[in-house]
Amino acid sequence: MSFLVARDMRGGYGAEDILQGCTVEADRGEIAVIVGPNGAGKSTAMKAIFGMLSLRGGAITLDGADLTRMKPTERVKNGMSFVPQVKNVFPSMSVEENLEMGAFIRRDDYSATMDEVYALFPVLAEKRRQPAGELSGGQRQQVAVGRALMTKPSLLMLDEPTAGVSPIVMDELFDRIIDVAKTGIAILMVEQNAKQALEIATRGYVLQHGKNAHTDTGEALLADPVVRRTFLGG
Amino acid sequence: MSQSVRTPRTPASPMRTVLPFAVFFLLIVAVGLLQSWTVALTILNMCLVSAVMALGVNVQWGYAGLVNFGVMGFTALGGLAVVVIAMPTVDAAWQAGGPGVLFGLFLLLATAAVTIAMRRVVTARLPRMVLTAVFVAAGLWAANTVLGPSTAAVEGVNPALEGYLGGFGAPVLIAWAVGALLAAAAAFVIGKIALGLRADYLAIATLGVSEIIVAVLMNEDWLARGVKNVVGLPRPVPYEVDMRTTAWFADLADRLGMAAVPLSSLIVKLAYAGLFVVVLALILWLAERALASPWGRTMRAVRDNETAAAAMGKDVKRLHLLVFIVGSGIIGLAGAMLTTLDGQFTPSSYQPLRFTFLVWVMVIVGGAGNNWGATVGAFIVWFAWVEAEPVGHFVIDWATYALGDDSPIRQHLLQNAAQMRHVVMGVLLLVVLRFAPRGIIPETDRT
Amino acid sequence: MDGFLNAIVLLANFALVPGAAYGSQLALGALGVTLIFAVLRFSNFAHGETMSFGAMITIFATWALQSWGVSIAPLPTGLLALPIGIIVTVAVVLASDKFVYAYYREKRSDQVIFLIASIGVMFVMAGLIRFIIGPDDQIFADGARFVFSVRDFRAVTGLEEGLALKTTQLVTLVTAIVCVVALFLFLGKTRTGKSMRAYADNEDLATLSGIDAGRVVRIAWILSATLAVIAGVLYGLDKSYKPFVFQELLLPIFAAAIVGGLGSPVGAIVGGYIIAFAEVLVTYAYKRFLGHLVPPDWMPDGLAQLMGTEYKFAVAFVILVLTLLIRPTGLFNKRAA
Repeated sequence: MSFLVARDMRGGYGAEDILQGCTVEADRGEIAVIVGPNGAGKSTAMKAIFGMLSLRGGAITLDGADLTRMKPTERVKNGMSFVPQVKNVFPSMSVEENLEMGAFIRRDDYSATMDEVYALFPVLAEKRRQPAGELSGGQRQQVAVGRALMTKPSLLMLDEPTAGVSPIVMDELFDRIIDVAKTGIAILMVEQNAKQALEIATRGYVLQHGKNAHTDTGEALLADPVVRRTFLGG
Repeated sequence: MSQSVRTPRTPASPMRTVLPFAVFFLLIVAVGLLQSWTVALTILNMCLVSAVMALGVNVQWGYAGLVNFGVMGFTALGGLAVVVIAMPTVDAAWQAGGPGVLFGLFLLLATAAVTIAMRRVVTARLPRMVLTAVFVAAGLWAANTVLGPSTAAVEGVNPALEGYLGGFGAPVLIAWAVGALLAAAAAFVIGKIALGLRADYLAIATLGVSEIIVAVLMNEDWLARGVKNVVGLPRPVPYEVDMRTTAWFADLADRLGMAAVPLSSLIVKLAYAGLFVVVLALILWLAERALASPWGRTMRAVRDNETAAAAMGKDVKRLHLLVFIVGSGIIGLAGAMLTTLDGQFTPSSYQPLRFTFLVWVMVIVGGAGNNWGATVGAFIVWFAWVEAEPVGHFVIDWATYALGDDSPIRQHLLQNAAQMRHVVMGVLLLVVLRFAPRGIIPETDRT
Repeated sequence: MDGFLNAIVLLANFALVPGAAYGSQLALGALGVTLIFAVLRFSNFAHGETMSFGAMITIFATWALQSWGVSIAPLPTGLLALPIGIIVTVAVVLASDKFVYAYYREKRSDQVIFLIASIGVMFVMAGLIRFIIGPDDQIFADGARFVFSVRDFRAVTGLEEGLALKTTQLVTLVTAIVCVVALFLFLGKTRTGKSMRAYADNEDLATLSGIDAGRVVRIAWILSATLAVIAGVLYGLDKSYKPFVFQELLLPIFAAAIVGGLGSPVGAIVGGYIIAFAEVLVTYAYKRFLGHLVPPDWMPDGLAQLMGTEYKFAVAFVILVLTLLIRPTGLFNKRAA
């Protein structure tokens, strides 16, 4: 069984279910990527896994423990961490303070974790005294990821981390994400830039109408002519 | 105003509208029977004036979601209109400084006009700011140089009784219209500057303007005698003393078997009530017509979703300005009516708690967006405001009875019992806002 | 040279020192408004009454201490009574949050609803104040009146003009500095203070990070009420306690908070002094000041006053309007308001 298993998720915001039985899994050291057309329920699936919307069906387990009924903060304590797509930093606070706030629920000494984050994102170490709101888009995303890493999560979830950044910055960000995965963290990511994301994905999920349409390794999905034609634009 | 503020509207039953009014009139009758009919009519008259005021706020907040915390200022401008229109001219003061004052005021207006014209022509940011500062400073200096000696001369004319320019000696009812126009004109200027600000900024800005309007009225003695007050304002109804000498009055007093003094006082109050009812009915009718018109529907569409309305091509700014002017004009009319009823103009009596926030309590409690709601809210809130005093006194008398009459605490509390009315109003507002956020008579869906 | 020194001393005595004291009082008041705005996102119209209420409780405590013969002369007894005023007011304000504002927070109501609710709270507090202490002025400053008087100053310097420093002015300045330093240490250095800034910055992300919103809100109210009581007591000591005057202070306080940028503590302090000095300097009569500097035949006829003291609110208002027109986010606000 995988490290994260989110099985047969059903649910949505209103009366109508956006998720109609979709399953997502991820393992430590792996990058799992969810792609799919607009409105397929990609972000909804991720929010459901993090507990930001209640499910009508399905179950979520992390490392064998059932988290289905937990609130987001409890899930954080159990090893999940989430980077929202927008408004994911504290703009008037310094980079270092952003990281400190990431570690808010930790009562132990987190300076070692902070050093690890600075090692992963050297540019943040350079700008540690600068307000996060004054950084460039790509650097802000690194702050956001760094903040999420401060709880020493076993599962890191990223909601469209490359939305609105330039291609060069996107490559740089993906490199950093690979580095994070190498530290033994499971990564689950929703991406709009499907091709590039699948290139780094160990596991890829193509969602459609709230259901799994295709599931395979990133490489295999990129090679699949059906997936290429329908979702990747040829 | 986001949509989340408003709960979905449902049609209210006619009883929901009629019942609160019925309860109110029963209360007035009860006061008439238990206290006196003079007290009952005094309360009723103030209720009628308050209702006009509340309708003004309702047009702004209920129709358009504009937060006007400057009600006090517009009320005071309406009061000023009564002085300026109805008081006799003080010829000596006009001779002493009239032309100077007029010229000074002209200079102020000219400064404003020239500055605005300059800002239309000069578009670069820095020169525009510098020129604005220079023009305003020069204009203020010039106006001050002219106004200073002239106002001093005016204020020197028989200061104990006059010391101001007086008015036009015209019939006082004209002042009601002028009061509305004066307030509307002020609202135009304020609206041009402040509308479009976030709700709380608009609230603070209008509160500030109203404080300044009252400060001007309190300190510019040449205008309306400042804190020395203008008393003996002409009335639209006969004087009790005159009435008592007429034959029909003696006849009526005989037939009713009432003493002359209370009867004459009652008739005067009834006459005021009649006038006020006519005005209130007219405003209510117009307000209802406006609400049901395409304009009213647009207005509420803008309130409920400004972005969508703007996307549909509605000129939100223009609509807001218009509704702000109309609402403030209605408040100015009420201010003129109030000063006429009082028979005197006392700038120091304008307090924000009484003249701005109490009116807000009326609208929220009555039902924002519904004219009948605002009206009945004004009736009930004013009634509670007045009757909280005797009731509060009674309650405290009863609660501190055990302390004995010599107790300083008992005496102190009894002395301040009337202040409990503020607590009553606050609790009333909070309770309605929490448990019946749409008020006594909620806004209904119209097509 | 003497003329210049005399002019400066005169201006300091009648404008700069009182302006600094008044500015400190406004700054503390504006800090309370701005903290509530930063965390709860609404303009609290009951803040003036909170100041008045706290001053009232402190006055009662002062009277009690005085009747027991407790004194910290030369300092005013009111300072000793201050903690009692703070504790009672904090309790009242927390109750107002629990019974009034918490409900609308839960419902995520529009900020205008909060604003109207604060009018209700204002009415209740205004009524209680008038009911309990009555509408009259109260003077509760005791202890030494001056740190040094005009006569002392003249004797030491030999100048024609004198400069006095009232005890209440010095107390105001020192207290304000202590409060501001303590507040900034709290916000900048402590875990709780940082969590409060984080919540003000990005509510959702703060909640996601495990910051307890209820706790942040409670602390914001406690700080706001504490600052309000201190501001109210200092103002009352410096001038005299008038129950109604705090309502009028609402305008300059809001102006100070907005000029600095609603939600910005630094802005509130700078705004407080900007408003205070502008009010004092615009309404000051410069006749005697100029007398020391220019030859007699150059003297202007009048008082050389830009605006009458009675229009000091207009000064605050004009600055407020200019801010709203030119830079609505204020001087120290990086985020769009």
